[in-house]
Parts: sequence; C-alpha cells; structure tokens
Amino acid sequence: MANDPRFDYALHLADNALVLAQRLGAWVGHAPELEEDLGLANLALDLLGQARLCYAYAAEIEGRGRTEDDFAYFRDEDEFRNCLLCEQPNGDFGHTIARHFYFSAYQQALYTALAAGPDARFAEIAAQGLRETRYHVRYSANWLVRLGDGTAESHARAQAAVDTLWPYVHELFESAAVDRAASAFAPAPESLRSAFERTLEATLAEATLRMPSDDWQPRGGKDGRHSEHLSYLLAEMQSLARAHPGARW
Amino acid sequence: MYTQGLDQAGYDTGYAQDDAALAQRFQARVDAEDKIEPKDWMPDAYRRTLVRQIAQHAHSEIVGMLPEGNWITRAPSLRRKAILIAKVQDEGGHGAYLYSAAETLGVARETLVDQLLSGAAKYSSIFNYPTLTWADAGAIGWLVDGAAIMNQIPLCRCSYGPYARAMVRICREESFHQRQGYELMLALCRGTEAQKNMAQGALNRWWWPAVMMFGPSDRDSKHTTQSQRWKIKRFTNDELRQKFVDFTVPQAEFLGLTIPDPELRFDADTGHYEHGPIDWSEFDAVVKGNGPCNRERLAARRTAHEEGRWVREAAAAHAAKQALRRAAEAR
Amino acid sequence: MTESHQGWPLYEVFIRARAGLDHKHVGSIHAADPAMAVEHARDVYTRRGEGVSIWVVPAAAITASDPDEAGALFEPARDKVYRHPTFYDIPDQIETL
Repeated sequence: MANDPRFDYALHLADNALVLAQRLGAWVGHAPELEEDLGLANLALDLLGQARLCYAYAAEIEGRGRTEDDFAYFRDEDEFRNCLLCEQPNGDFGHTIARHFYFSAYQQALYTALAAGPDARFAEIAAQGLRETRYHVRYSANWLVRLGDGTAESHARAQAAVDTLWPYVHELFESAAVDRAASAFAPAPESLRSAFERTLEATLAEATLRMPSDDWQPRGGKDGRHSEHLSYLLAEMQSLARAHPGARW
Repeated sequence: MYTQGLDQAGYDTGYAQDDAALAQRFQARVDAEDKIEPKDWMPDAYRRTLVRQIAQHAHSEIVGMLPEGNWITRAPSLRRKAILIAKVQDEGGHGAYLYSAAETLGVARETLVDQLLSGAAKYSSIFNYPTLTWADAGAIGWLVDGAAIMNQIPLCRCSYGPYARAMVRICREESFHQRQGYELMLALCRGTEAQKNMAQGALNRWWWPAVMMFGPSDRDSKHTTQSQRWKIKRFTNDELRQKFVDFTVPQAEFLGLTIPDPELRFDADTGHYEHGPIDWSEFDAVVKGNGPCNRERLAARRTAHEEGRWVREAAAAHAAKQALRRAAEAR
Repeated sequence: MTESHQGWPLYEVFIRARAGLDHKHVGSIHAADPAMAVEHARDVYTRRGEGVSIWVVPAAAITASDPDEAGALFEPARDKVYRHPTFYDIPDQIETL
C-alpha cells in the first residue's frame, strides 16, 4: 500500500543515507592520507548498508515487488526525499567533514528516538545504525577539531566549510509532509534540535570555530525539490543501470 | 594487488669482505627457512631489494585503487556498489600493510610516497590501462587479482618476517577479490547480449596485460636466481604465468568467453595450455610511462597528495598544540 | 607551518581478536594523534571484525631487545630443564599429578 506513511518515511531515510554514501564513495582513492581513504570508505559503507535496509523495508511495505535497485536507480530527482545537506558537493576535505558532522549529529539524535519508537522495524534499523552513527559523530567531530584548531589555513577552511553548509542544517529540523505523516512512529524533527545543538556547541568550541549565523534557510529536499547538485549526482549514479533496463548485475 | 617490478631495477649481489661471515650465517638461516626480522643483520642488497619490492607492491595497491574506483559512483546495483567500495578499500588496506612492512626496514612512508609521486618508483603496469566499462571492474578482480594471488601465495613464505606476515593477511583478503570479480563476470555472461559483449570486451582488453603481469620471461630475467636464493621469490615468472594460464582458461570457457589468443592450445603431453607470443614491446612502453593511463594515474595521486597537504599539516599542528597543553597542565 | 618529511608519526598496533585473548601485534599505521591512531587502526586492521580491542603505541616508545644479544638473553633459559614438568619422573599409578 503506497499511502502507508511508513513507505515514504523509509524512502526518506534511505535517500539521505544513499545520497551521502554516493558523495563519500567518490573520495575513495583520493583522500588526504591513505588511512583516510579507508576511513571514508567505511563511512560510505555504513550509510549504504542503512540505505539498503530502509529500501528493503519500503519495498516490503509497498508489496509490489519493487527492489532496492528500483528505488535507487529508477526514480527521478523529484522522487528523492533526501535533505539538501546530503547532496551538497564534497568540496575540500573540510566541507566533507563539516557536512558529515552536521548530518551525523542529526542522525544520532534521530536514530536514538527511532530506536525507542513504536515501529519495530524502524527501531531495529535505527538501533543498528546508531552504533555506526556514534562512530561517525566521533570521527567527524575529531576531524573538525583538528582542522579548526590546527593551522591558520585549516582554521579558515574549516570555518568556511561550517558556514557554507550551515544553511542546509535547518531543513533537518523542520517538519515536512513526510515527517507530519510519520508522527505516529517517528519523532518530530524539531524535537531533535536540542540534542544536536549540545553536540554542535561542544564541538565548535573545542574546534575554536564560531557558530555560523542564521540567515538563508533553504528547504524542499524532503518534498522532492532539490538543489542543482542532485540531478548530476543521480545522472552519474544511475547511468549504467538505466542504459540496461531489466538487466541483472 | 601486485608486484611485478621485482625484476626490473638494478640489483647488487656482492657483500663486503668483512661481512662474509655474517652473510654466511644469514644465508644459513634463510636456507633453514628461519624468518629474518627487522633488527637482524641482513646484507645491504637484501634490504634494498626488499624495500624496492615491497614499496613497488605497496604503490601498486595504492594506484590500483584508481581504475576500479572509477566505477564506484556508477556501480549498477547497490549490492555491487557496496562490494566495490569494500574491494577498493581493501586495496588501500593492502597498501597500508605493505608500507608498514617496508617501514620496518628503516625507510619512512613519506619517502616512499615521494618516490612514487616523483615517478622514481615503479608500480605494476597493469594499472595504467583504463577501465572503460563496468565489466572491467570484474575483469580486474578475476584476472588481475587472480594473477596477483599466483604471485602472492608464495610470498607468504618469504624469508623476511614482516613481509611474509603482511602477505598472509593480504592473501586471505585477495581471494574474496578474485571471487567477486568472477561472480561479476558470471552475472554479465548470464545476462543480456549487451552485458555479455561487455564481458568479452573486458577480457579482450585485460587478458594480455594480465599475462604480462608476471614480468619478463625467465630467459630474459637475470635477477630471479638471487631473489630465489634469498627466498624472497619462490617461483620463476614463467612458472607462475603458466599456472595462471592453466587455471584461467577453463574459467573463461565456463563463462562462455573467448580468450583473445588464436594460438592458445592445450598440450595433452605436458598437461598445460600453450599461449601465443607476448608483445613485450607493449609491456616495455607501459613500464616506461607510455601506457594509456600512466599520466592520469600519477596525476590523480599527486592531486590527492597536494590537496591533502593542508589537512595533514592541520592534524600535525593540532597534535603539537595538544602536546604543549598537556605538558603545561602537568607542570 | 610546513609538513615534516616524516609525515604523521608511526604507531604500532596491537589487536585483541576475541575476549580472553592477548593483544597481538598486527602492524603499524600513521596518525597525528592517539585518537586518530585508534581510528586508523580500526579502519586498517579490523575491517572484517578481526578485533574487540585495540592498543596503539608510538613506535618510538618501543624498546626492543638486540638480536646480537639473543644468546646472552635467551640461551641461559634453555638448559634449565628442571623448570619443565616433563623433567620429573612420576610413577604411572599416580594418575592425578
């Protein structure tokens, strides 16, 4: 049944994880140090795993025989329900770290709530994801501190990254249609903000970075209205699969 | 993935006169299959040979991340995407194990990386070929990792302890690579006509480079003997190449693919497949830097290194600040 | 600030494979600080669940015995056969010893 709010919500969670995994995957082989190639690959694999669990659940709820790959490769941009933050380009390592820190700190609050929620499958997925997400917060926070409190150049780059990506944080904590429909089993995004801000403030302070200012607050990703970046990301990701519709790999 | 350069650079074999007794004791230990460890006495030439070989092997893993990494963002299913990320990540891990082994011989990783980026150090020429289709990711796993395993299993018994131990770890993971590559090819060969053509195209492009991975023929390789005496190397290039061909031809037949060698035939008397002549001029060109992708591969490594410099410096600066703070607190 | 030629310092990595076992040396990694060293050790050496605990030690902090002194250090223990249980003859009837 396609009107089940769990279906849209599962796709929303999956799309966040997949789009960010796709971004991180592009780092593998190009990281600042060999060990970081492995570290970023692990982040990508964790998120990809979470996406697959959520797509599997969506497929099950829908019950029409669609698979994870149908959702990932054969939906168009306006059908993706990921937040704008996840689709933002990698930029330099500082941007990738800032994006990851924002997202992971949000996801940690979200998964914590979902893991205690009434839907058994979401609770299971979130509990498993939470173990990974806690590591992602640790990894990205540690890096943000090193970059912020490193050299003059790294401080400037880290501040620029934190500032550039900040506008996209607001959407994470605003209820969109997908969230309102999910109120029976998922937390209201607004309720996650205080936990996020505690993590954020502690980390920025240690990193000697200042809080970005709130002015521009773009939104729409959760409703399928994306930035220009997503269509390129999908064009690349989906190109081979779409060139061979029906093929098995 | 793999070492091929071991026969290419210059070699020195002699020991100084006063080291003769030590050298004799060293060789006796090697002959007795005793492992040589980092702080043990070893001939300079043994140390240099190992550093060169391990570093080339490590560089090959690092550069080897690029051709397959090229398909991470376009992998045609989520399952394949996860497998490919994990596989490319393993290549990086193997590079890390090997740099770690090389460093036990007293050479810093930074020095080895500089040698790679300056073009002074070699890496396996196989990675200077492009990955033009998705099937190339499968062909690399099947053929290139398959060839690598032939080379690497004997290295698990190499006389130098840290290298042998790194190779044990690598070989355990490498068999996953070969199997996933073959499975990828199998899926293509059981798929549509277009997918099967893609698989055949990849075999056509990767077969000869894979056969060449074992290095020059024994007839032209002057270093095999010394490396074998030191038990750094256990089999000759041609022995390993023959084993690879014997294993791989039936695998290709099972896939329903044709090996691009019209002279390939099974010799019932010897029980081996005989392959046609190898075009060593192509191999030489690629080794000398004129393969299809030599420039791109090195450029990609240099870019990653340069663009990562501020990050590495930041982490070092932060660690230094933290150390000062801890020292101040202790006072 | 310029990058030192050495890059990040070298750490030796020890992994406990399962609860109840000793930590065992597995190799080394480079890291700028101890927290990063743990993360790098995890990413490099436990990708297939090879560990439940990690120690990282700055390589510069390790003191090793000198192979040239191996005779002086370890040979004296070789001829102390009386340290081993098999040195003692106990009649077969005594089964619980």
